[in-house]
Amino acid sequence: MQGKLQLAFITSFAVLLRCCIIYHSHSGEGKPPMYGDYEAQRHWQEITLNLPLDKWYINTTDNDLQYWGLDYPPLTAYHSLLLGHVANRIDPSFVKLRESRGFENAAHKYFMRLTVLIADIFIYLPAIIYFIINSRFWDSWQFGESNIFKFTRRDIAVLTALIYPGLILIDHGHFQYNCVSLGFFVAAVAVVLQDSFVIGSILFVLALNYKQMELYHALPFFFYILGRHTPSKTRSWFHCIRTLIYISFAVLLTFYVIWMPFLKSRDLFFSTVLRLFPFSRGVFEDKVANIWCAINVVYKLRQIFTNEQLAKICLIMTTCAVLPSCVSLCLSPTKNAFILSLINSALAFFLFSFQVHEKSILLIAAPVLLHFHNDPLPCFWFLIISHFSMLPLFIKDNLYLAYIGTIIFYFYSVFWIWPDLFYNDGTNSLLNKDKSKLKGVLLLSIISQFVKPPERYPDLFPLLVSIYSCGHFLIFFIYFNYIQLFVFRKENAASKIKSH
Amino acid sequence: MSTEEKHISTEAQVKQDGKDVFSSSSSSSVLWRPNNVLLKTFLLITCIKILLIPTYRSTDFEVHRNWLAITYSLPVAEWYVNAQSPWTLDYPPLFAWFEYCLSQVAAFFDPEMLKVENLNYASSATIYFQRGTVILADLIFAYGVREMSRTFCKSLNNHIVFVFLSLCNIGLLIVDHVHFQYNGFLLGILLISMANVSKTGKEMTVCAVHNGAMWFSILLNLKHLYVYVAPAYIVWLLKSHCLNSGKFFRRLFSLGLIVLTVLAVSFGPFRTQLPQVISRLFPFKRGLVHSYWAANGWALYIGAEKVLSVIWKHLGWLKDVKSAVMTGGLVQEQNFLILPTPTPIVTFLLTFVTMLPALWCLLCKKPYMNSKAFIRCIVLCALSSFMFGWHVHEKAILTAIISLCVLAALHAEDARIFIILSSAGQTALLPLLYPDNLSSLKLLLSLAYMLSSILILTNHHGKPLLRLHEWLYVIPLPLVTVYEVVLHKLLLGDKLPFLPLAFTSIYCAIGITYCWMLYYYMYLQNDARANERTAEDKSNRQRLKDKQF
Repeated sequence: MQGKLQLAFITSFAVLLRCCIIYHSHSGEGKPPMYGDYEAQRHWQEITLNLPLDKWYINTTDNDLQYWGLDYPPLTAYHSLLLGHVANRIDPSFVKLRESRGFENAAHKYFMRLTVLIADIFIYLPAIIYFIINSRFWDSWQFGESNIFKFTRRDIAVLTALIYPGLILIDHGHFQYNCVSLGFFVAAVAVVLQDSFVIGSILFVLALNYKQMELYHALPFFFYILGRHTPSKTRSWFHCIRTLIYISFAVLLTFYVIWMPFLKSRDLFFSTVLRLFPFSRGVFEDKVANIWCAINVVYKLRQIFTNEQLAKICLIMTTCAVLPSCVSLCLSPTKNAFILSLINSALAFFLFSFQVHEKSILLIAAPVLLHFHNDPLPCFWFLIISHFSMLPLFIKDNLYLAYIGTIIFYFYSVFWIWPDLFYNDGTNSLLNKDKSKLKGVLLLSIISQFVKPPERYPDLFPLLVSIYSCGHFLIFFIYFNYIQLFVFRKENAASKIKSH
Repeated sequence: MSTEEKHISTEAQVKQDGKDVFSSSSSSSVLWRPNNVLLKTFLLITCIKILLIPTYRSTDFEVHRNWLAITYSLPVAEWYVNAQSPWTLDYPPLFAWFEYCLSQVAAFFDPEMLKVENLNYASSATIYFQRGTVILADLIFAYGVREMSRTFCKSLNNHIVFVFLSLCNIGLLIVDHVHFQYNGFLLGILLISMANVSKTGKEMTVCAVHNGAMWFSILLNLKHLYVYVAPAYIVWLLKSHCLNSGKFFRRLFSLGLIVLTVLAVSFGPFRTQLPQVISRLFPFKRGLVHSYWAANGWALYIGAEKVLSVIWKHLGWLKDVKSAVMTGGLVQEQNFLILPTPTPIVTFLLTFVTMLPALWCLLCKKPYMNSKAFIRCIVLCALSSFMFGWHVHEKAILTAIISLCVLAALHAEDARIFIILSSAGQTALLPLLYPDNLSSLKLLLSLAYMLSSILILTNHHGKPLLRLHEWLYVIPLPLVTVYEVVLHKLLLGDKLPFLPLAFTSIYCAIGITYCWMLYYYMYLQNDARANERTAEDKSNRQRLKDKQF
């Protein structure tokens, strides 16, 4: 009873924090003609509600793909359809075909905000809580006598994960439904770690079919499941192959069910798939904290290479970056290595792949949240930097106030509830323990908003932010790879020797 | 897996032998210093307040903007005369001076907001400025909490519980940072004066008491509604400061001098137009209850009247069919058809009479000679005035809730009252935030605070605090809000529009009345309990002496 009360409080507080954000402006509020992601989501409701299914991904007179055409997989479209029906019942003018473009009013905003909130409450929050409740903690430590809530370490881990500001601000401020795909993803990780591979892979397929960016996580899933099913002394051939067949059957079936309406004709299928992977949009947009954007400062990539050449370079680099972590995972598939490999693979994709958004950093933040209790300081640092790396986006969306409020709140609350954060790490030899390093974040946060950039370089501050974050992400990439490849393997070897 | 865990834990132990431990343990002891806790909690709650800046603002925002304009651009003589906006200045002069100081700063942000003719002006600079002043003024509240904690909290845990309950108080958050008022600042001054006045015993210094008295009279000159707790102050100061010292007249005289000086400073500039100022401060034309009934005794009274009138109508005893609708939104006087109509005099008498027993005990009985009884008496005075006062606002309950916080951190019995009172009182505040898009926010605010206060106080006192019937009352409170916000519309549509609000205030009024009666009972019982305790103490001491010999 007691433990549940704490969890109930933490959950209600997490939802409360989300509720505080929803009154801030959303992306593209009052900015015609294109508006922003908020309008995109509304537009998809309009399209899916009013057009037949085979016209969703195809350019027609009613469906101008240049104006926020649907570019997410079918599950997003189904979700939009569902919300479109609800919107239509509340007020048909929300989703009227063509006439509702750029529709904005208070009631509609509240409706849209509630849809995200509900998705968050029913998918992301339970997934995180389920994951952390089922993960192992090496003591039932409480943080001192002054713990008036009687939180256990587990409660604190839940709290830390649920109040991560990046996701909250993107979903409930900027407006997107990342909580759905990330929620499925976290649930999939949790279930796979419980050794129910079939259900786990179904959940992951759902995540993948909500946002194709979940491909960042696909390789570790594949290699972990493969690694767990390579025959050895304790595992028989027959057992492994049988489970693998089950898994692949489940994956194929889920894919088939979701894509069934689009498999009617070849053209339909290919045009849909092409919408999901828009190669023509270039190597990056705006300012992203990845390698290409950083290199671009001194070496104008897009003038030297064609899009196709760039795509090939990206592919090669990404493969090279992902490989060590995945191979190591396949050879020693432990639970910690799995989560670390998820981080590494997603970071590799973020840093080196083609067509990256600044919001994709959330795909790395999610596994980092799951890893938090094993290695608090670097994870904490990463999370702060990841939130910071989206600062230019928040300033564009008029969310600066929310950004400042949440980042200070997160910093101090985590710093407070993990008192051993800055002192008791065994493994962070690569990282400087000095918290004053984070002063750069503070300084850049303040000048980005209040200092006018010099006229010759109007994009100076966003660029500084992205380069600063990119440097950190590179260091984190090396660090997490190092941890996975050397520290955890060594520990595993040691424990194996002991147990024999 | 288990070996891996062991490995990590041994590693941690190895670390603990090294230097790291020293730094961690010393730094954690630094971390837990009381002021640090206070500062951090304040910082965190300030972040939440910042997040709430773009939410809905009530007309009180315009009221205060208008006051800024009046005090900035008009000469002092016209402050209480100007009636260009319907929201005339109706707080005492010191508050006007406070607005005057703010307006000097406001001029740097947006001079347009300081023009009297700019009615309903709300540029984004104005919003940030006004919200910012409320957030900054809460520093006074934090200071008050610190002073109270220094006087009353002996252990660190008490301190943390008290800091959390008061600084993170959701009622205050709703009224100040969403609805828009300066209650945090005013309650901070109340806390400062309470802390100073209750420094009794050996610590009791004349200076501290004078300080406290000065702060209280400043408070009265900022918002005169706090006059309801003045009887407790008068009795307490008479008893502990004047009567006990043997220098009765000298001390009484110095206290009187302080109060009169503050009064003179505040009202001095307006001495020629006193009747005008007074008429602004005490508008008796308003009705018995506010447009939305505060959850007090009169809500129950009107509720009973409604039920009776329906019964009377069925029985055909009622001649005049027009039944008065009392939640019409306009502040006006009502007529009662069946029960006698209360007049202002009756309500004041009733308020005073219900305060009397508490004051009498404080004045005359020996067990009440401690500062905790004084705080209890303040809570009781605030509750009595809330229960029976004329035209009480629902926000007035905050005075009782905030004063009770410190006791809730100290005694289990007070904590029990606190849980019921704060849950019911804050649920009654929620209809203030009436726009539809705030419904999820207000539901979660009240839910989170209820859960956390139950969690903290139960942990802190180490036993379940509420009885079964009290649980049965408290647990459905969020459902009342759900009914008010969503269910009523779904079930009944547009029929009976006053029902959700009336139901909320009556349901909450039941809880608050229960708290008032129970707390009064406990307060009066204190006498007997204290006697027993002293007897026990004596016998214990006797036994100790026997042993020694």
